Amino acid sequence: MSQFLLNGQAVTADVDDDMPLLWALRDTLHLKGTKFGCGIGMCGACTVHVNGRAIRSCITPVGSVAGQSVTTIEGLDPKGQHPLQKAWIAAQAPQCGYCQPGQIMQAASLLQDFPNPTNADINAVMGGSLCRCMAYVRIRKAIKLAAAEMQGTAPSGAADHE
Amino acid sequence: MVKRIFLGVIGLMVLAVVGLFALAWRHAIDPIAPPSPTAFASDMVARGNVLAGAGYCATCHTTKGGRPYAGGYPMATPFGTIYSTNITPDPDTGIGRWSEAAFRRAMHKGVSRDGSHLFPAFPYQHFNQVSDDDIKALYAFMMTRPAVNAPARQPDIPFPLNVRALQAGWKLLFFRDHAYGPVTGKSPAWDRGAYLAEGISHCSACHSPRNKLGAEKLGNDRYTGAEIDGWYAPPLTSRNAAPIPWTVDEIYGYLRHGGTSLHGVAVGSMSRVIHEGLAKLPDADLHAIAVYFADRAGHANQPTPSPAAVAKMMTIAMPHTQPKPGDGAHLYAAACASCHYNSGPMPALNRPELGLNSALAGTDPTTLIRIILHGVGADEGLPGVMMPGFSRTFSDDEVAELATWLRRNQTDKPVWTDLKSKVATVRQQSMSQPSR
Repeated sequence: MSQFLLNGQAVTADVDDDMPLLWALRDTLHLKGTKFGCGIGMCGACTVHVNGRAIRSCITPVGSVAGQSVTTIEGLDPKGQHPLQKAWIAAQAPQCGYCQPGQIMQAASLLQDFPNPTNADINAVMGGSLCRCMAYVRIRKAIKLAAAEMQGTAPSGAADHE
Repeated sequence: MVKRIFLGVIGLMVLAVVGLFALAWRHAIDPIAPPSPTAFASDMVARGNVLAGAGYCATCHTTKGGRPYAGGYPMATPFGTIYSTNITPDPDTGIGRWSEAAFRRAMHKGVSRDGSHLFPAFPYQHFNQVSDDDIKALYAFMMTRPAVNAPARQPDIPFPLNVRALQAGWKLLFFRDHAYGPVTGKSPAWDRGAYLAEGISHCSACHSPRNKLGAEKLGNDRYTGAEIDGWYAPPLTSRNAAPIPWTVDEIYGYLRHGGTSLHGVAVGSMSRVIHEGLAKLPDADLHAIAVYFADRAGHANQPTPSPAAVAKMMTIAMPHTQPKPGDGAHLYAAACASCHYNSGPMPALNRPELGLNSALAGTDPTTLIRIILHGVGADEGLPGVMMPGFSRTFSDDEVAELATWLRRNQTDKPVWTDLKSKVATVRQQSMSQPSR
């Protein structure tokens, strides 16, 4: 049994400590936004934040986040209006959409550490978040749009296809 | 004639046994009526609390989820597993009937109240240097803890090594009974640091290699690093392989916060030492320990790493090769870079730069392998920043591939050899070990 903060609310997951956080989130706490991809921490679909930093929830035992603060895509912004979420719509980033919650959570961490990310920064940090629809170019564009909004500047290099 | 030789041999054997017992015998110190917690001055208790932190007593004398200081924590030694004792003031199973003199003798000489010898896993060789005043304060602190009834567990050490009288021989060979004396020509901070590090904090108990009889090696071998509890405690001398020097500022930051951007984070037992023990020490004491070890490692004249040195190391540290299947780079790109990538010239504190990390730069890959397999807990290293383990993701081959690639691409050190079997060993060891 583990107690932690989930999107700001205290929750108790009455499950084995070894259960992956992802399973507890989806099956026990009924937040379906976070997705199952590979199950071994190699595709990024299950990315959530623990204490504000991106982590792969499929390989994180729920017992290890006891007492910590977990944020899922449902809690990134109370109204779903995080600059990344708005940019995602503006850039029409998703195709099938399955990987997008993980992509957005990873991108939110990226922008904390690299407020003006270069293409190299985006490639390196987002490289572990796979998109089988190959929407990478639009994802990068959306990240730059969001960075610009958060910085209060015009988006840079939004059209480049490096 | 044969009969005389026979009698002579018997006589010598009797003499040897008598001699051993004479050597080993220590008198018992009379039990006392358990003192009332109110008998101790609050300032002494407070000072003892800080010292118990400096000695991180709870790290060994508390089990996972157990009551503080009630003992039972298993310590695997090459001779067998021994279990820490109950040092709460419980009259029957703890030290409730120990006088201050009995407590002082245990700390200084490694002898229990009843006169039996303690095993050197209890680092009395270091506590020997703790002043009588500090022992008094520690006694006041321990005797005012909540008493817990928890009988000690007998060591799983085979006969005859479990005969405590034989410890007298060990002491004869390896125990140097001397109080701490200030070293001339050093600053007061250095002196304070040396007193803490060599005494109550017993740093070399983990960071120095041991001989076949389990005694710390001395002289130039001191602080040259050792494998302990399935971790590698790195050298605290000039042989430390960290790319950026361990300056006073860096050591202080590491001990105060659990990690620095230029050296990475503390894991395993060292994390417990920092967060459950040294956290109680005032800044001045941690700074003193930093002054002492920076001097030992030859970095006394350099308070902080130069930006030029950091920039130079970062150019080596940042991987330049493009990922291609089969050489570990693709594993790094998918599993590691999202958290560990830095763009320089300074790495971010919350993005531990692997190229600067002691776990990757050291001669022994044990710590790196263990972290790849089991990650870093939220309560370890820098508080709140955690890393999941990849033990179910990566095969032994893949961990070895990743470690080889990291070593080749993010350091200027020679590649590790025989990594695959090392990974298998660490995996097996760490799986069978209790998690703390």
